[in-house]
Amino acid sequence: MKRTAALRAVALGAAVAMIATACSSTSGTDEPTEGAGEAVTLTWWHNSNTGAGKDYYDQLADEFEGDHPGVTVEVTALQHEDMLTKLSAAFQTGDHPDVFMERGGGELKEHVEAGLVKDITDDAADTISALGGSVAGWQVEGQTYSLPFSLGVVGFWYNKSMFAQAGITETPTTMDELYSAIDALKAVNIEPISVGAGSAWPAAHYWYYYALRQCSQDVLNEATQTLEFTDDCWLRAGESLEELVSKQPFNSGFLGTEAQGTPESASGLLANRKVAMELAGHWEPGVMQGLTDDEQGLGEDTGWFAFPAVEGGEGDPAAQLGGGDAWACAEDAPAVCVDFLEFMLSADVQKGFAELDMGLPTLPSATAFVAAPELAQLLAVRNEAPYIQLYFDTAFGVNIGNAMNDAIVTVFSGSGTPQGIVDATVAAAATE
Amino acid sequence: MTDVAGDLTPRGGHATRAAAATAVQPGATGQATAWSVAPGPRGRGASSNQWRQRLEIAFFVAPALLLFVVFVVVPVVQAARYSVFKWNGLGPLDDFVGLQNYLTALGDQIFQRAVTNNLTIAVLSIAIQLPIGLLIALLLNRKFKGQTAMRVIVFVPYVLAEVVAGVVWKLMMQPEGALNAFLESVGLGGLTQLWLGDPDVAMVTVMLVLTWKYVGLAIVLLLAGLQGVPEELHEAAQIDGASWWQTQRKITVPLLGPTIRTWMFLSMIGSLQLFDMVWILTKGGPDNASVTMATYLIKVGTDRNQYGYASAVAIILFVISFVLATLFQSLVLNRDTGDDKSAKRRKKVAR
Repeated sequence: MKRTAALRAVALGAAVAMIATACSSTSGTDEPTEGAGEAVTLTWWHNSNTGAGKDYYDQLADEFEGDHPGVTVEVTALQHEDMLTKLSAAFQTGDHPDVFMERGGGELKEHVEAGLVKDITDDAADTISALGGSVAGWQVEGQTYSLPFSLGVVGFWYNKSMFAQAGITETPTTMDELYSAIDALKAVNIEPISVGAGSAWPAAHYWYYYALRQCSQDVLNEATQTLEFTDDCWLRAGESLEELVSKQPFNSGFLGTEAQGTPESASGLLANRKVAMELAGHWEPGVMQGLTDDEQGLGEDTGWFAFPAVEGGEGDPAAQLGGGDAWACAEDAPAVCVDFLEFMLSADVQKGFAELDMGLPTLPSATAFVAAPELAQLLAVRNEAPYIQLYFDTAFGVNIGNAMNDAIVTVFSGSGTPQGIVDATVAAAATE
Repeated sequence: MTDVAGDLTPRGGHATRAAAATAVQPGATGQATAWSVAPGPRGRGASSNQWRQRLEIAFFVAPALLLFVVFVVVPVVQAARYSVFKWNGLGPLDDFVGLQNYLTALGDQIFQRAVTNNLTIAVLSIAIQLPIGLLIALLLNRKFKGQTAMRVIVFVPYVLAEVVAGVVWKLMMQPEGALNAFLESVGLGGLTQLWLGDPDVAMVTVMLVLTWKYVGLAIVLLLAGLQGVPEELHEAAQIDGASWWQTQRKITVPLLGPTIRTWMFLSMIGSLQLFDMVWILTKGGPDNASVTMATYLIKVGTDRNQYGYASAVAIILFVISFVLATLFQSLVLNRDTGDDKSAKRRKKVAR
């Protein structure tokens, strides 16, 4: 008897709780709808969610509103990974922002095929011609869909005092020099290189660079178009990688190390002076600053050198691997959206962007304003590169790209082969 | 008395979403049928009363049923539909591929490894946690000073949020983390490992943390079961000259059977759907060494925008869990719900 009474009480309680949740969930979906009026609202998502960068973008939004009466710019600043996740969900539900970031390559192609991105070839023709070759990565079948505002290249970031401690006076320009730098660092008990193989893409950048050094530009371009990897330079890229891995230059436990985010991540290890170098993009100084107590990263010890040449390769040793970010308008965004994109790529805005070290400006007139010396050095290398290959995973799209990255990690762990990388990539391409 | 413990356990052990769902479902439908059948024979005279009862039933059951349909049935049906298409999440579903996604998944070596890992975890969880849980539960069931405090301490890992516990373990298991430092300082330097970075060690690491996290649940459930073992039986055994050890082996453990089997069921389902702890510790890596079906689903399915393929993997995961759960239910748990069970048990106890 007592038991049934207790059960009834429990059942009643549960029912009340369920009704309560049911009610609250229905009231939760009751979103305020936009008030209809003459005024135009532009929603803008960006990833400069801290410090001076965030303030700068807020200020730009105000400025644009001032110049265009009746236009309201609704700014949402998101952490980078959050932004990507939310964007991909937003595109599926159709509730996406008017202005958003595009990284080019296969991802942009998917968005274009799904009719999500505005073709701005004619509306922004002047800005597109001012940007020159940088726009190439954001074109699909000759039409331009977004305006790149930052374009960087990947290279080795290193700790100058550690290199000095190991007696390395000149930064490596060939693989042999890199190997002797590795030996010199090991001799003074410094772990030479950190790599975030746990996140896959930082490890994949090595193979990308070896492919860039081994394969001629024609082979690269053809592969990006046809997804065929028959040239034996793709295998040689994997063999070069195997050779590097066999020197055991990486931090202990690198297979479980993440790219960035914690002091134990690959970037954190470099920032906290646990390793001497790391292969990473132009974002690295900013990332490292966030991972040290004094928010200085490596500070004065920050150094940069380009990926070394590989002997016998058919690629141009000055070619660089890189990528960048571009602003794009949604297909259904109001017409003033294109004005906003052009405003974001105007000389003054790009100059301010460069002065705050928010990225590497694409507008040639703004490149002189990059303040940090290592970034200026990186920028010089970028500008002298005969061509810049977009990160393969971005270029091929997330499906093929991730399959390729996972296969590259197996070479790092010793369980995979150079042929395995090519096979995995071809297999994933077949599912497209 | 043991039945009370057996009844209480599923409700106490909302360890996984599936457990919660299955616990809710039979409860709701069971009530509905029991109540709607009962008033039948009483005839049509009590029709207003009958209607009132029906309204009551509808009022209490509808919200739960609605939630169940919207959040469980609809997604499962949707997943089944997506699984026969090739779909990157954008645009319409128009590329019908039949069972191709299923064939690809079943033929993928990494998915096969994921299934093997899940089954290994399911078997090892029971093989490791059951003896430990039983021993600690028996120990904590004896009266001693600080008994309550000990029970709380033992249960703390289970109460901690999975993410919090995972992140803390992850920090401790870094190459220069606290765990290796501790091993060095107590002279066990030879045992230091790249806990999360070595493909050969990663599964061991995952099992260690899972055991630490979930043995508390086993202990609490078994302790609850122990409350249902009548004191008189122990006294009788003592009078007959049985040692403490004999009493536990011949009386306590057999009487704990229903509780143990229910716990095994929860543990098995949890192991098959294992995601959060592995995702935080290793993301299924390094080099897919600790991949589970759920991490595979995220990594190869949704992270690559292959939503059709991801749905196919989800359906396979669902089918495997469902088949194993049904098998377990009919082969093992049936013993606890069958009609002859009380007679059998009485016999056993009398012996």
